This record gives sequence, C-alpha cells and structure tokens, in this order.
Amino acid sequence: MSASTVSRTPAPRPARPTGRRPAWLRGRRPAGRPDARPAVRVRRQLPTSPWLFAAPGLLVTAAFVLYPFLSTVVNAFTDRRTLVPGRFVGLANFRELLHDDMFWIGLRNSVLYIAGVVPALVILPLLLALLVQKNIPGIAFFRSAFYTPVVASIVVVGLIWVWLLDERGLVNSLLETIGLGRVGFLSDQWLLLISAMTVTVWKGLGYYMIVYLAALANVPRELHEAAAVDGAGAVRRFLTVTVPAVRSTMVLVAALSSVAAFKVFSEVYLMAGPSGGPAGEDTTLVMLVQRTGTGLSGRVGYASAISLVVFVVTVVLMLLVLRADRKEDA
Amino acid sequence: MSTTADTPAAKPAAPARKPRLTDEHGRRIPVWELVLRYALLLAVLALTVGPFLWQLSTSLKGPTEDIFSSPPKFLPGHPTLHNYARVSDTIPVWDYALNSLKVAAANVVTNCVGSALAGYALARLRYRGRGAATLVFVLAMLVPAEGIIIAQFTTMRELGLNNTLVGVVLPGSVAALNVLLMRNAFRNLPYEVEEAAYVDGADVWQRFCRIALPSVKGTLAVVAIFAFMGAWDDFLWPLIVLSDPSKFTLTIGLNYLHGTFAGDERLVAAGTVIAVAPLIALFACLQRFFFRGVGEGAVKG
Repeated sequence: MSASTVSRTPAPRPARPTGRRPAWLRGRRPAGRPDARPAVRVRRQLPTSPWLFAAPGLLVTAAFVLYPFLSTVVNAFTDRRTLVPGRFVGLANFRELLHDDMFWIGLRNSVLYIAGVVPALVILPLLLALLVQKNIPGIAFFRSAFYTPVVASIVVVGLIWVWLLDERGLVNSLLETIGLGRVGFLSDQWLLLISAMTVTVWKGLGYYMIVYLAALANVPRELHEAAAVDGAGAVRRFLTVTVPAVRSTMVLVAALSSVAAFKVFSEVYLMAGPSGGPAGEDTTLVMLVQRTGTGLSGRVGYASAISLVVFVVTVVLMLLVLRADRKEDA
Repeated sequence: MSTTADTPAAKPAAPARKPRLTDEHGRRIPVWELVLRYALLLAVLALTVGPFLWQLSTSLKGPTEDIFSSPPKFLPGHPTLHNYARVSDTIPVWDYALNSLKVAAANVVTNCVGSALAGYALARLRYRGRGAATLVFVLAMLVPAEGIIIAQFTTMRELGLNNTLVGVVLPGSVAALNVLLMRNAFRNLPYEVEEAAYVDGADVWQRFCRIALPSVKGTLAVVAIFAFMGAWDDFLWPLIVLSDPSKFTLTIGLNYLHGTFAGDERLVAAGTVIAVAPLIALFACLQRFFFRGVGEGAVKG
C-alpha cells in the first residue's frame, strides 16, 4: 500500500532525464536508438498512471496477504485474544508450544500426512497418465471422468466419503457381502487418518495426472523406440526412459503435494469432526490453528505462533525438495 | 456404480472388432493390450466416478427404502426427488446456493479485472517501482493462506467485515497467482501490434482494452474458471469468517447439515448433489480451460 503512494510522484514522466525511451511500451530496440516519434510522445503524457492499473491488485495483496502476514509474525509474540489487545510476551507462546500435547499431536499428524500422501501422489498419477496417454477411442471421456473429483468441493468429497466409509455405508456393505467383517474406518484414530489420506489422494489424482500428461508429451519418442529395440520390456522402459524424463515433474509434484499435505484441514475436519476425532488425536496443525484462534475467545497470539510454525515448515519443505532436485542434477 | 459400468462397457468390444487400431506412430496396438487398457480404465472409472453416482443414488432413494442393505442396492427402487424438497425444509439450501453464487461471481469479476489490470501494468507499462510491484505479488504467492488465516480474520474484524459475504470475497479477490498468470500472458504477446497502435495514437487504455485484452482471452478464461471454482469450493475461510447461519455459503451449510442431521444420509446426499452439480456441468462445458489452467498453475506454483 505504501509503495503505491510513494511512487505516485514519478508518474508524470516527461521530466525524466534518463534519455531512455519514455514510452509506455517496453521497447525491444537497442537502447541507444533515439525515439523516432516525438510528436506522438507528447500525446502520450495523459494522466493515466501505471499505478492506477496495478492499484487494485496491490491494495488487495497488501491489505489481505502482506499485512496479515506481518501481523501474524507480530502477534506470535503477544498474548492477543480476539477481543483483548495483546501485550508483548516474548517467546512465551513458543515455550508453551513445546509443552502443548495438542501441538505435538498436530505436528505428528501433519508430518504423517506428508509421509502417507506424497509418495502416492507422485507415483499413482504418473501411472494413470500413462494409462490415458495413448489415443484410443473414448480416451477423452476417461480423462475428463478421472478429473471430476478435482472439480468437486472438498466438502462434497469429504461428505461422500464419510457416507461411503460409514459403519453401515457402501464399503462396509461390500466387505460384509464378500465375507469380511465391517470395519470402523471413522471410529479408530489411525484408520481415520488413513481414510482421510485416501480421500486426499483420490481427490488429487486427476490434477496431477494432467500435470504428468503435459510432461509425458515432451518425452522424445525415439528414446522409447531405442530402448524397445534394445529389448527393454515395458517395466524396464518405464524405469529407464519415462521416470528420468519426467523426474523434474515428479519433484514439482512432490513439492506441491507435500506443502498441501502438511496444511491439510478440510478432509480431516469433515471426517473426524471439528474436535479431531477420538480425544482430538486426529487434529492437524491447521485444525489446531482454526480451533485455537477463532471465535470470541480465540487466542490470536498463540494461534499465530502455531501459524508461524506452519509457515516455516512449509518454506523448509519447499527448499528441501528443491535442493534434492539440484543434488540429483549434479 | 453399475450405471457407470454399463455405458462405456460397450467400448472395449468395438476396437477389438477393428484390429487396425494404431497408436500415434502407426504401429498396431495388440488386442490384448487394448483389452487390458480398457479394463484398467473402467476400474479407475468405477473408483473415481462411482462415489458420485452412489451419492446421487442415495439422494434419490425414498424414506422407506433401505439404504444400508448388504449386499448394497446400487439403483434406487423408486427414484424420488423427495429428499431435495426435504433438504430445503431443513436448511435454506437455495439461499446458501445463492450466497455461493454471489461470492463466486464476485470473485470472478474482481479477479479478472484486478489481475488483468495489474498483469498489464507489470508486463507492458514502464515506471519506477515495477520490479518492486512484481516482487509484492511473487512474495504474496509464496505466503500460505492457511498460515495467515487468523490474521486475515482479525483484519476483517477490524474492518467490520467479518460475517459478511464481502468479507468472504475480499482476501482472494485479486489472487497474486492470477496476476502473475496474466503478466506472463501479456508478456508473450508480440510487441508489434501494440506499437502500431501506439504510433496511431491509441492511449494506454485503448491499447489495453482493444488490443492486449482480446489477445489473452484464453488465460482470462482460465482465471475466471479457477476463480469461480475456488470460491464455490472454498471451505476453511468462509468457515472462519461466517458465523451467522443466514449468511452461510453452500459448503458451510453442508458442513452444518452434516453436523446437525448426521443421521439422515439421504438429506446430506441431496445437499452434496446440489453443491457439486453446477461445477460438474461447468466442467463438462469448459474442460479444455480446466486442463489448461492445471498446466499454467502448476508451472507457476
């Protein structure tokens, strides 16, 4: 926000003595070439500031992303509550975190979520992309159908699966029909977490399938043919040709899905309930943020401290994945 | 699920009868491979679309029909729309749908206008501070929404906009990702046309509206679709900012319905069908923009 007010001044630009082309267009000509259109240039100095173009975007971003980010950082060191302005408390929130069982449960579940979801989301969509890559009749229909879960709201998806995995739901009916007993998918702490991971993977498959399809289109056909001539079977070709060719996409998918998995909220919230399942054992970090920081008695300061942990872990995850990528390159 | 299997099941037979089917390099695909491929495709189809159809089937089952039977009954014996009438007696589901529509429509307009303008400023206009402005959007894109949601909530309270639909729309009204997408789209346009217009005396607004904007319609459509989908599907933020049940959006209303009337699966099923149907229709009509958006978004992210 401040940027736009400060920089409004240089907007009437004729006075700029830089000697460079003052045109609105970013020129691609050699810099030394004098502007060939002095007459038009005079007409160009209309009071339309470029900042007017950027202003809506900058205002929204500054007010609802950057300012909240800064205030999250500040609030994390205060005891602010929803209705009570905070005082500076130093590291007290973070010290409290260390002794807060719920925080460790949340951290554990969010990390487990990465471990459970990311490998599946890196590998399964790649296999799916290979399945729908070949142009056989009706393939466009299958591609679209596989994408449908991506389009649906996570709330819809969550509720569909709550019903499917219900004690008396479809999955248990089928299990009973084939002679296996009913399973309490949504009542056991660990089964619940695994069920939620399954839902996340199910909803993400189509999205990453499309990402992989784009990458597969760029794999040179000759590589496959050469490998086939050398007598490599389908599995061998997959491992020696396809995987190396789409490796950077796999890293991208790993990065995107691990960040998303760590911040999981809706699936677990819908399947385990707002309090996070039996004794809150299925709470994730973002659920804890939501539960702690909202409402009239919300502990904004403490929730901000947890948010900051979420933020730092997210950044570290991105860096780790990107570094892994670079190392493999070397 | 049986309904899914029925329609495309006819397909594997057809190519098997035409053994001339070839891949993109003119090689024949062996019949056994085709059969295997279609078998796998149908299995995945059952897994991805089946749950939606099961939900639809549940929503059409009457109050006397057993929805818990084992083995399960995939098709409703006497299909009825009774549950859809009941769900609107239980929660104001059509009001919620209208709220969702308002939020989604507003999100589309603000994102299209805001990101096109800002994207043009970042890509084509020349001014001091452009690098800084770009940096603002790049940084904003890196901040995880979940990490600042509490501060966004307190910001909304400070502005007196919590518990309003305006408050639901505002934080995502000009998403940084969209601004950068539009910037890239504008940057990829050739300069010559705009330069010609410049020589002809077109001012910056004319160049923006008449020349640049029509050339990036595709990206603009992607922004619009993802803005609509994002707002329609969003859950965490409306859950935090809305507390008054009369202002709920569909997703929050469904969560409420599920929490309050958890016993009645037919009702919840009808509610979820209402929530998902518009998006599936939209997707069916505009698929290529959805797929294109995945490509651009993933490369960006």
